[in-house]
Parts: sequence; C-alpha cells; structure tokens
Amino acid sequence: MERIKSGKMINVVRSVVLVMSVLLIGTGVMNQEHTEVLQKAVKICLECIGIG
Amino acid sequence: MPGVHWNRIKQKRKISFQRKIQFISAAVFNGYGAGFVKGKIYTGGSKAVCVPLLNCYSCPGALGACPVGSLQTALGARHHFPFYVLGTMMLFGILLGRLICGLLCPFGLVQDLMHKIPVPKWSVPKKIDRPMRYLKYVVLLSTVILLPALVVTKTGITPPYFCKYICPAGTLGGGIPQMIANPALRNLAGMLFSWKVLVLLLILLLSMFIHRPFCRYLCPLGAFYALFNRFAFYQMSLNERKCTGCKKCERSCPMAVEITREINSSECIRCGKCKAVCPEGAISLGFLLKNSKPYGDYRAYGTRSRRR
Repeated sequence: MERIKSGKMINVVRSVVLVMSVLLIGTGVMNQEHTEVLQKAVKICLECIGIG
Repeated sequence: MPGVHWNRIKQKRKISFQRKIQFISAAVFNGYGAGFVKGKIYTGGSKAVCVPLLNCYSCPGALGACPVGSLQTALGARHHFPFYVLGTMMLFGILLGRLICGLLCPFGLVQDLMHKIPVPKWSVPKKIDRPMRYLKYVVLLSTVILLPALVVTKTGITPPYFCKYICPAGTLGGGIPQMIANPALRNLAGMLFSWKVLVLLLILLLSMFIHRPFCRYLCPLGAFYALFNRFAFYQMSLNERKCTGCKKCERSCPMAVEITREINSSECIRCGKCKAVCPEGAISLGFLLKNSKPYGDYRAYGTRSRRR
C-alpha cells in the first residue's frame, strides 16, 4: 500500500491502464466489435424502455 | 435601493459552472432533436461509439451508445470478451474518473434538480450509508457482468438485466419519451414498464431528500469509474499548509466525502462544491496535479506540529 501511495507508482498505474485501454479498444475495433455496438444501438431496445 | 435588490436577485439566479456543463452535456449527447418529434432513434454511425455516461441508446435524442447497455449486450448476446466496450470505459475512467458523474451525466443532473425541491433533507447515518455504498458494486458485478455472461436462455440471448429491471435513466430518457411518441409501443407496455416507472419514481422521490441516491448506491457505471477515481489523471488536491480544518468543504459535499481525510475518495464526483466554499483556497482540481495523493492526505490538517 505504501508503494502505491508514492507518486511514481501512481504514474506507472495510470500509464499502464491508459495503454491497456487503448490496446483493448484497438483489439475490439479489429474484431469489428464497434459494429456490434452500432447494430444494437440503432434499434429501439425493448428491454431498456420497459417492454421486454 | 433598487439596484442592490436587482443585484441580489441576479446573484441568487446565477447558474453554477457545474450546472452549465451538465445542461450542455445533456444537450450534446442527446442532440438528435428530430427523434423526440418523430419518436424514432438516431441511426447514424456515431452510435458505434460508447459515450462516457449512462445515456440510454433508445433515448430518441441519443447520438452515442450507452456503455452499460453495450457491455451487457457483448456479454449476453454475443458471448465474447468485450474488448471494445471495456477499453472505452477504462479510457474514460482513467482520464476523468467520476468527474463524468459530477459534470457530464444527465441522470446526475436530474437528481441534482430534484434535490433543489425545498423539502427537509435527510442525512443518512454512516452505519447505513457506508455499507449501502457497496451495493453499486454488487449491481455492477451481478446484473451487468455475471448474469449476462453466465445465464443461458433458450434463445441464446441473455437480456440486459440492469437495463431491463433497474435502469431509471433508460426509463426517463428512453421509455417515457418513446411511449409518448409511439402509440404502437404504448399498447405493448405492461407490468415491466410499470415496474420500471415505479423504480424511477422511487429514485426521483428519494433524490428530493438525499443527494444523488442512485449515484451513491446503485449506479454500475459510477461503481466502475469509482475504481479509477484515486488513480485517474483528473485529481483533487488539498494543500495542507492552507487547510485550517474548518470542515466547510465536508459540510457542503453532496456525496458526504470526508474531504480532509480522503480527498480523492472513490465516492467523490468532482463537482467542485468543496473548492467553491473553501475560504482558504486550499483545494485544487485538475489534470496531473503535482501534490495529489490517491488515498488523500491523512495529515491534511492538525498534524503540522507533529511533522515538525
């Protein structure tokens, strides 16, 4: 815990998470996951609006 | 003097920076005005992009996709690891943390406005408040991640449990406007819609008495961003040399954060109210603050003598 409190460690954690998130987005885009999101989002989600 | 009186009125009506950003954000993320008139949703390419906030993609004005809904779809309908949605949520989380809750979320704005209604305000006792705050993590883990990922239905598509049974933002932003604009959908509304309206009404009613009950206790997106709040690039800092320990900041905090003890708490929504009331100017907010500490500064005040 003491180590994580130090500024350097925080910057490392931040940078790792930032790089990981960019890599995940890149992987998802290569897998065409954004088109799946689009397909779901352009139709009215009946569950979301309470019809089921 | 009439001038002085007018100035007082003008001062009272001054809209805070937070409120301005909240209204702008709600308008920008729900900018498809024609959708409200026609009762149709936007179908453009921007809906492939997850927005950082809880904004139902079935809202007639929504220009982007809700990350919580998209996460449940990826896990429940497509049954694969959600690289894209998870990466997007992590990116927003590490850059902004819960600043998104405080400044950008339209349902946060709705709760803030409900809290303006002049009724007696409740202070939730710590014994109840502290354990209840973990409920949002249970909601995230169960309804958004585990149930969609593990439950197998006959059709092979697992419903988005959070959206279906809980999400009040979906009912308010998507369900009610769609019901008003679409007579065909109105005919289909049954028990589930009544349940969702009841959940929404309960949360709105509670918001009048308790500040942001949904953000505190139930929101799975708030829970996800809370995991990053201490480490996000956007941080808060308390200058221990300036702090006198008057605790005005803690009394003004809508999320009941112990600011002098833990300024970068996972519960802080970065609304900036503490900074506005601090008479010493000891609190600062911003990206990559030099003296910010993830677990706050436990020696924020009153221990300067001990250090010497």
